[in-house]
Amino acid sequence: MTTLSPRRSGRPPGKRAMSRGAAYLLLLFGAVLTFAPFYFMFVFATHQRAEIFAFPPPLWFGDAFGENLRLLLERLPFWRNLWNSFYISVLSTLLTLFFCSLGGFGFAMYRFRGKDTLFALLLATLMIPTFLNIIPFYLILQALGWINEPKALYIPGAAGAFGIFLMRQYIASSIPHELMEAARIDGCSEFRIYWNIVLPLITPAMATLGMITFINSWNNFVGALVVMRESSTYTVPLALRSMQSAANTEWGALMAGTAISVIPLILIFIFASRRLIEGLTSGALKG
Amino acid sequence: MQSLSKTATPVRRRPSWGIVQRRLAPYLFISPFFILFIGFGLFPIVFSAYLSFHEWAPASGLGNMRFVGLENYHFNLTDPWFWKSLANTAWLAVASGLPQHLIAIPLAFALHTGFRRFKNFLSAAYFLPYITSSVAVALIFFTLFATNFGLVNQLLGWLHTVPVIGALFPSEPINWLGRAPYIKPVIAFVVVWRFVGWNLVLYLAGLQAIPRVLYEAAQVDGASTWQQFRYITLPLLRPIMFFAVTLTLIGSFQLFDEPYVMTNGGRTLAEAGQTTAMYMFRTAFEFSEMGTAAAMSWLLFAVIGVLTFINNRVFGRSGLNPDT
Repeated sequence: MTTLSPRRSGRPPGKRAMSRGAAYLLLLFGAVLTFAPFYFMFVFATHQRAEIFAFPPPLWFGDAFGENLRLLLERLPFWRNLWNSFYISVLSTLLTLFFCSLGGFGFAMYRFRGKDTLFALLLATLMIPTFLNIIPFYLILQALGWINEPKALYIPGAAGAFGIFLMRQYIASSIPHELMEAARIDGCSEFRIYWNIVLPLITPAMATLGMITFINSWNNFVGALVVMRESSTYTVPLALRSMQSAANTEWGALMAGTAISVIPLILIFIFASRRLIEGLTSGALKG
Repeated sequence: MQSLSKTATPVRRRPSWGIVQRRLAPYLFISPFFILFIGFGLFPIVFSAYLSFHEWAPASGLGNMRFVGLENYHFNLTDPWFWKSLANTAWLAVASGLPQHLIAIPLAFALHTGFRRFKNFLSAAYFLPYITSSVAVALIFFTLFATNFGLVNQLLGWLHTVPVIGALFPSEPINWLGRAPYIKPVIAFVVVWRFVGWNLVLYLAGLQAIPRVLYEAAQVDGASTWQQFRYITLPLLRPIMFFAVTLTLIGSFQLFDEPYVMTNGGRTLAEAGQTTAMYMFRTAFEFSEMGTAAAMSWLLFAVIGVLTFINNRVFGRSGLNPDT
């Protein structure tokens, strides 16, 4: 406050450049720290156990990826696990997109009795901690005979409150009411309005919700841990964790499996990080 | 247009199919959520409350539930392992929760003010750990922190040989995941690593909502970067801070994946690295004490509820910007 000058802060330009440089270095250092574990995961996936723990450790890719993959497939039905994860994630995504866009459409474009109460109830369910219903959730699935069944992982969450909220926000802000009226005059049923008119208009929001759902489903650990009890029904996170508990951990194989499991996420991330981030954080500002 | 659609249906007729389906449609459209919620959300919670007053092992069948009143709650509240797990959870919540924000806020500020060109790229880079599976992340660090020749120990060993500063670093490899004093800091480190980017992105969104004019006015008045940060950014960031801290609080007290994987499913060092969520899970699915576990989940829920309430009172409303 003592160095008040009318136009700019009193610091000389040299000092400003230095602090800028320091901030830049710090950010770069942080980014390296963020990436390093991923890098070593891929590097370790291509080395044998002995090389991973040699001194100095490998810093560049080796040629043992095939060997590691062979070891991995010896220990686990890994292709099967990968398929399980893929199948569950895709179905979960498709169902979520359908039910959430439909629900969001209902909340955004109609006036009906009890709407506000129902929407408040929907938002309130977002506050329920997941662990609170793990046990009874398991018991219900057991009663339904859904233990070891993929549907236990894609049906219960298929119409999630977060997805409906996201869709409602997008539809309310992007679809004019006149469009509904026009379609009705043309003789469209309400479902056809949704299916033929609204759905094509909300593809950006669908893409965002689709990615979020796919990622969450792909990464779901606790849910799968509760439901999937046999190694042939394991999803990828369960399979990888089960390798860890083996007496003699095959580190190279473990890292190879981990690397493979992360690739779909990295691909989604590379193609759509902006959109993904906006979708995930949309509750922060608009909510 | 509207008047046209009204006159198109003669008044004397019963409501046509078009009107009926129009009235019913929204209820049908939103019904999947409510059906699934009642079946897989509401009913489980009610049942969990019921279960918490009973003694029951799932192997004995549903008919063999025995009403025990508050015994499950009493058992948990006098169980040293429960308190230990709660202490672990609280420790981890502080040790992993605070740094997340203390790192993310300045990083977001630096990105926002200084690096407009790389902002998107860098924030995305920091965000990557958040979308990576917790199990994959925990396994990567499980490897990096391995005792014998894990990368972290190798690095420390190498630093030990450096003159002058070498004495600061241990001469022996540290059993990070096998010794009680180390396991919690390692878990906290992994959690921080995973969530800094998430918070960074939240804060960036918050910073972008602050009108640029305020900074320009402050610059005209000669305020330094620090003063701008202290008197403009921090106060206006408070709503987002509140949101981010609440999420961290709720998330930290349910911490499960990372400690579960880092301690190998509780097989090593369960008492030192075990969170309450993990203890609850093991009580239910390894020890088959469903009633005790259900009671524990309600106790943990109460703890989270109280903390969220305190957080609301201390940090919430008063700081909210009336304009938003």
